[in-house]
Amino acid sequence: MNYEIIHRTVYEYTSEVSVSQHVVHLTPRNLPGQQCLRHELLVEPAPALVTSREDYFGNATSFFTMAGAHRTLVVTARSEVALYPRHWPAPEKTPAWERARGNANRTAGLTIEAQEYIYPSTLIPALPALSEYARPSFSAGRPLLEAVLDLTGRIFTDFTFDPKATTVATPLEVVIGKRRGVCQDFAHFQIGCLRALGLPARYVSGYLETLPPPGKTKLVGSDASHAWVQFFVPEHGWLEVDPTNNIMPSDRHIVVGWGRDFEDVSPIRGVISGGDKHTLNVAVDVTPLTEKPEEVSSQSQSQRVEDPA
Amino acid sequence: MTDDAENPAAPLLRDYPSPEGIFDEMLTSGKTPRPHWTSLVSAFERLGKSELVTRRDTSARLLRENGVTYNIYGDSHGLSRAWSLDLVPLVIPHDEWRSIETGLAQRSRLLNLILADLYGAQKLLREGVLPPGLIFANPAFLRQCHGIMPPENQFLHLHAVDLARAPNGRWWVLSDRTQAPSGTGYALENRIVLSRVLPEEFRELRAERLAHFFQHLRDTLRRLPAHGGGQPNVVLLTPGPYNETYSEHVYLARYLGFPLVEGTDLTVRDQRVFLKTLEGLQPVDVIIRRSDDAFCDPLELRSDSILGVPGLVEASRAGNVVVANALGSGVVETPALSAFLPGLCQQLLGEELKLPSLATWWCGQEKEFAYVRENIDRLVIKPAFARGVGGPYFAETMGKKERAALLTQMEATPYNFVAQERISLSTAPVFERGGLVPRPVVLRTFTCATREGYEVMPGGLSRFSNSPDQLIVSMQNGGGSKDTWVIGEGPVSQLSLLLPTTPIVRLERAAAEVPSRVADNLYWLGRYAERLEDTLRLLRCTLVRLAGDVGIEDTPELTALVRLLAHLDFFPETFRERHTSTAVEREVFQLIYRTNRLGTVRELQGRLSNIAFTLRDRFTADTWRILNKLQTDTRPRPGRVPIAEMVSLLDASIIDLAAFAGMEMENMTRGHGWRFLDIGRRIERAANMGSLVKAALTVQATGLETLEPVLEIADSVMTYRRRYFSQPQWPPALDLLLADESNPRSLAFQIFALSDHAANLPQDRNQNTRLTYALSTLLAKADWPSLVHDQLTTGNNKISELLTSVATGLRGFSDSLTHQYFSHATTRVS
Repeated sequence: MNYEIIHRTVYEYTSEVSVSQHVVHLTPRNLPGQQCLRHELLVEPAPALVTSREDYFGNATSFFTMAGAHRTLVVTARSEVALYPRHWPAPEKTPAWERARGNANRTAGLTIEAQEYIYPSTLIPALPALSEYARPSFSAGRPLLEAVLDLTGRIFTDFTFDPKATTVATPLEVVIGKRRGVCQDFAHFQIGCLRALGLPARYVSGYLETLPPPGKTKLVGSDASHAWVQFFVPEHGWLEVDPTNNIMPSDRHIVVGWGRDFEDVSPIRGVISGGDKHTLNVAVDVTPLTEKPEEVSSQSQSQRVEDPA
Repeated sequence: MTDDAENPAAPLLRDYPSPEGIFDEMLTSGKTPRPHWTSLVSAFERLGKSELVTRRDTSARLLRENGVTYNIYGDSHGLSRAWSLDLVPLVIPHDEWRSIETGLAQRSRLLNLILADLYGAQKLLREGVLPPGLIFANPAFLRQCHGIMPPENQFLHLHAVDLARAPNGRWWVLSDRTQAPSGTGYALENRIVLSRVLPEEFRELRAERLAHFFQHLRDTLRRLPAHGGGQPNVVLLTPGPYNETYSEHVYLARYLGFPLVEGTDLTVRDQRVFLKTLEGLQPVDVIIRRSDDAFCDPLELRSDSILGVPGLVEASRAGNVVVANALGSGVVETPALSAFLPGLCQQLLGEELKLPSLATWWCGQEKEFAYVRENIDRLVIKPAFARGVGGPYFAETMGKKERAALLTQMEATPYNFVAQERISLSTAPVFERGGLVPRPVVLRTFTCATREGYEVMPGGLSRFSNSPDQLIVSMQNGGGSKDTWVIGEGPVSQLSLLLPTTPIVRLERAAAEVPSRVADNLYWLGRYAERLEDTLRLLRCTLVRLAGDVGIEDTPELTALVRLLAHLDFFPETFRERHTSTAVEREVFQLIYRTNRLGTVRELQGRLSNIAFTLRDRFTADTWRILNKLQTDTRPRPGRVPIAEMVSLLDASIIDLAAFAGMEMENMTRGHGWRFLDIGRRIERAANMGSLVKAALTVQATGLETLEPVLEIADSVMTYRRRYFSQPQWPPALDLLLADESNPRSLAFQIFALSDHAANLPQDRNQNTRLTYALSTLLAKADWPSLVHDQLTTGNNKISELLTSVATGLRGFSDSLTHQYFSHATTRVS
């Protein structure tokens, strides 16, 4: 299926902003199961400078600066993505979870890259509550995917989706206390749980399609950026779970990028000079396109989402 | 001091204990001075106790006069604590130093290569030389900076290494500082002071000079690429006056001849860094930074940092600016690295590691962690990454609960901990209470990159702990510093003895670049100083009249004055109608002492101090003393304060401010900095005069009761009397206060001074000259005699209207300055 994604961010300032600089992560990644066919970034008013590069995690990132007084800034990212269904291994066929643990000594099944995601990060500190919560799902020798799906289900049941409960700045500790939050909070929490057991887990930023196909229910997290989790399984690579919807992403999750947590891959951030107060409005539209996706040779091999070599 | 001087005949070493089980720098275990100490010991014996005390006091005075301070976080004594320097240097023999030197240069080279790998190919991780966790778990590894390769792969320009001597006499590395090492400036100041206090001893020991090191450092930075060729523009970036080592930043910037700037002074445009000055944006090519890595760029690094420069990472990524040391170099500060250095040294340099590190176990490794668990009582536990946050922990002496809590933490996140062997530091003699006492000592050494490899500062900054058995030596925990003398080889020629011990500071023009932030702060300093003076005069005028023994109803002058203050919004509005003398006294009291109310004496004084503090590097010690006196003069005391006491407090403060204004007039060079200070003062004085006259005319259109107080507040009573020899009358008084260009308190005087300033502002583009021209025209065109006559006979408000227009014009001028010259705050949006 092909999708068009329009991600529009509008900043309104109460007084003029003379200079500002922004870093964005708005370009969907190219992956075995996903192809970014078209992408454009439109900044209004026209920026003084735009540069693009690949960041440390391999995500496409752009940097732009604004010069000249303005009170409104509109950033529109328009992308077209071809998405192919992901296929996941049978949970009971995945190795025992203990085999996926890593530390400085035991790195047997882990790539160097996977080891990047074992340790606490800025927004996901090591908290005792994380391993306490995770433990019941990870009985000795349990296949990793089975255990992770069990954990995902428990988070889905125990936590309430409530956009009013948290903000971008709410610390994980508070989220755990309230057991409420949004996709970003649930993803951070689940990553924290996995890392507390020594399992590599990372934060995925992306989109969910807005309108459900006939017969399917509309998923929470559409009409905005979405976030979910990837975890590393020896011999299988990175698998995905979406704790907000208690599913494994298949053909409706579009990956923009990943990092250790939201901070590494936040869609847009900036520093302004002047401006006094600001309001921010974000609108995301994900529309399925009627044309059939072009056949892509990698489709048949897309058993899993994996990093490009 | 008296006990210092008693018993002058007692030998200096009589009470110096024999070293037992530790290494003493001065004495052998046989209690005789080591050969390289003999001449210094006998020199000290010769000088005698009272002379030593005098010299110690001289050194303290010199340091104070040089403004050398060290800020202690959370210190109730305020921010600037005097730097403490011991009279006895740490003496190190020539040969011993040469081997330390080789070891230090090797270490810097090694750490630089490790950085180049970690921020580049990461071969060390891929080949398993370093456990990836040691880097990935380390918050100082900045992924944003990966792939940024500085010119010539030079990450470390300045590197500091703390050394300690073990009981067997060998030097060990305690820790590294690789981000923004502090101490070079203090080492230099110590040297300058001690070589003045002990000139003969210094010459006799032929201590190696420090100046070359700084020349190397400066040359290295000046050799870096500049935009458009030529010499690069170098700045020294400080986190600001609240930083613990701010006085060193001020000193180094002056010594090296680079401007001292704060984060808000710099701006990034199109991936280039610029210094915001009154003359416009000046390109910056090299930044010596004294901020830690994470605080350097709120856009890409720590977003809660207000100290950094948004876009700095992007600018260095684009290769348009060199940051020294490179952003991200903090990653090799971790003590966890120590265990791997011998292997890394073989791998990267093909050499043996020359200077050993303390034995260290990183708990992120299973076997090592098991060893630490077994031997925890013999070891020191430290955080592996977050330097200075928590620890060090001595499990042996911990309570049961604390110990259990520590172990739980270590089990949960073992990679966050290292264990190190406990060592006894060597002791060095410290001059205290008229004698020498042994104190544990740590030596901070420095290297800097040059074209020919790393150059080592001969000597360094020695620090000692005040208590003989303290296990940690840190300036934050008290203690003191020492100069370090490396004994020179062979005789020093007569010629070089005559050379100054420090290089000559580069000459600078008086009107050097003034950062916008500094101009902004000076402007507000002028405004607050003037506002405070105005407030003091108003309150004094009221208090003096209140002190009379006549009831308030009986003194029309006081009644009129109180109404005047109510119109000026000093007193509550209700006072315009009714008030009692008790209520007035209470109000005045509050207007002096309350700190949580806008515009009180204490509140303004606080603002003045805060702003003056941010300008610390621009004031002399004398100016500081005046500002400090102002602060103490208005300090509240418990109990009811009698009126007379309040009056003398106000008197004293007015004198303090006069002294401050005098320093400003007589001691400040007439650059743009001074200009903005004076503009602030003039704008405030003009505005205050305008509202004072307006309020007086409103309160009493024709009567004379407010006239005397108004003249008094405007400090123009004497002028009036001398000129008119009569009881005050409105027409000549208004002329004196508003129109008389020769009265430095008059409105006209301020406006003409402002016009003068506007004509000399940099990059003006006529905007400000136009504004001040409009103001002068307003005044020049006014037909004062008839305006006054009309006001007094018909009661029309022409004068008030004119004053309102002037006030509007002044605000417009102030806004224009702000917009054009001052820096704007930045905000994070996400």
